Amino acid sequence: MRFIFKTAYLQDIRLFQHRGQVFWYGLLGLALLAAPWWASEYFMSQLHFICIYSIVGFGLMMLVGFTGQISLGHAAFLAVGAYTEALLQAAGVPFVVSIACAAAFSASVGVIVGLPALRLKGIYLAISTLAFNVIIEEIATRWESLTGGSGGKHVSAVSLFGWKLESDSEFYYLCLALTVLCCLACINLLRSPTGRAFVAIRDSEISASCMGVNLAKYKTLSFALSAALTGIGGALYAHKISFISPEQFTLLASIELVTIVIIGGVGFLHGAVLGAAFIIVLPQLISIAKDYLPSAVATTGLQGVVFGLVLIGLILFEPMGLYGRWLKIRTYFELFPFYRRGMFRRQKSYMKSERLR
Amino acid sequence: MSFFKVEQLGIRFGGVVAVNDVSFEVNRGEVFTIIGPNGAGKTTIFNLVGLIYPPTSGRIEFEGRELTGMAPHRVAEFGIARTFQNIELFEHASVLQNLLIGRHRHRATSLWQELLFLPSVRRREIEAREAVEKVIDFLELAKYRDSLVAGLPYGVRKVVELGRALATEPKLLLLDEPSSGLNPEETDDMAFWIEDIKKLLGITVLMVEHDMNLVSRVSDRVLALNMGEVIAEGTAAEVQSHPAVIEAYLGGAVK
Ligand SMILES: Nc1ncnc2c1ncn2[C@@H]1O[C@H](COP(=O)(O)OP(=O)(O)OP(=O)(O)O)[C@@H](O)[C@H]1O
Ligand SMILES: [Mg+2]
Repeated sequence: MRFIFKTAYLQDIRLFQHRGQVFWYGLLGLALLAAPWWASEYFMSQLHFICIYSIVGFGLMMLVGFTGQISLGHAAFLAVGAYTEALLQAAGVPFVVSIACAAAFSASVGVIVGLPALRLKGIYLAISTLAFNVIIEEIATRWESLTGGSGGKHVSAVSLFGWKLESDSEFYYLCLALTVLCCLACINLLRSPTGRAFVAIRDSEISASCMGVNLAKYKTLSFALSAALTGIGGALYAHKISFISPEQFTLLASIELVTIVIIGGVGFLHGAVLGAAFIIVLPQLISIAKDYLPSAVATTGLQGVVFGLVLIGLILFEPMGLYGRWLKIRTYFELFPFYRRGMFRRQKSYMKSERLR
Repeated sequence: MSFFKVEQLGIRFGGVVAVNDVSFEVNRGEVFTIIGPNGAGKTTIFNLVGLIYPPTSGRIEFEGRELTGMAPHRVAEFGIARTFQNIELFEHASVLQNLLIGRHRHRATSLWQELLFLPSVRRREIEAREAVEKVIDFLELAKYRDSLVAGLPYGVRKVVELGRALATEPKLLLLDEPSSGLNPEETDDMAFWIEDIKKLLGITVLMVEHDMNLVSRVSDRVLALNMGEVIAEGTAAEVQSHPAVIEAYLGGAVK
């Protein structure tokens, strides 16, 4: 069992709470840095995707998990990031500038999409973001002179300060570095007033506003930030796939992105990474499993069915997602043999009021 | 110039006149209590002061500045904090985080500084924690510091909400039924705290309360409300023995 004695304010604020964390994250860091040596070419490619989807996951987590807003249109931000990167690269803009532009442009689109969030909640907000996704998809298809229409657009490898990142491991280090940076930015924000304002909006808009949180400002900010991170993910995605076309950014892609945060665990940054790893690894596992399954089951629809089942199962039995499950397992071992089943159950607040009377 | 003043305040929801022509003044440093039967319009007055609803008529003035017509989050910036009748806490955050959100109006760092967590942000964070820790000491919340609000008993949540309001370092504190749902000991604690808030922290308190023991113990002045209208104003004893108040609570004399 671990007891953490608090003797200084910094203890709550700093990145690692105790030595154990330094050790395990250090180990993880080393393993990731050494990946090109131990991972196969195929596995490296999966790692690229996990990094990219983690960044997008961070973006969605800030919005959905921490600010409590919903978006079913994040594939559109992915598209904005990807096309911005593709066009700027084609125009000869250096990578550092072009990815910053992808983030900034995506963020400004995010501000516009966030506007309805100032008035709409829940399902209505979901519908308005969904409509936005359709609009962006349509623009990407119709504006052929710019986007190449449904014929798509080719994107070449990243060149960083004149150095072409053509090999898998070079691109991997770029993705990894950006993932770590984005993750740090999110952690930093969450331990400062802005992150707390997001959480306040998520849990009670009315008292957030009574504490002086400007709802309009912080909701818009959350959308912008979320879009910026997704834009960065989109830019990397364009390089990874090296060919982008509108059908990669459909509504279905948006829903897949939302499942990252739901499967990983809404309200935990770890959840974004776990969720990203899950949605990348699961299809691979399914295609391996197909070899051993009877042909009646091993159809193309299998993946959708499994995804659906996992999602429903998690929502029913583990609303805190994979990370929530991990927390429970860890607590079980830390407290062994004192773990109780109801430990993570939260008291229902029957006094929760719909009205302010 | 008066400290806090409400003039001819009124609001109607469709056909319901919830508050009608209510005027009163709160002096700096006093505990001013509003009493009245259920549905009298007490909470609605708080919501009007918090600018959650725009009034249909009248004005609200704080330290000589008019509040009406401003954005709701500005109220906190002026130094007015409130608690809610039905508790509105940030359920999935710890007690400490709840109180830290109370420090929101004192933040002084920009988004970019926070993204990089510059030393200035770190310094401000430590300052915020020092301030919050004072509130935790004051309300004896230390053992709940890191617990999630969602798992706490009702009585403690009530205190956390008071703590969150105090963490804003308000000049005027609005308490909506601070003792509702508390047992006698907890109510007693609440009475002590309200007295200390007034005497030690020098914060003016505007309160809505049903428990007449608590009201007479802590209030300097009392205003009685019925059907959205003021029916009496004075000390607790004066208001309690006022015929209109007795009638409002007990109904008209049976003829
Ligand atoms: N948002 C609203 N929409 C419609 N009617 C409302 C609204 N808010 C309050 N009312 C009405 O205004 C009247 C006063 O309500 P209010 O909540 O202020 O009473 P109260 O004095 O706080 O009562 P209690 O002691 O039960 O808390 C009630 O008749 C209520 O139904
Ligand atoms: Mg009320």
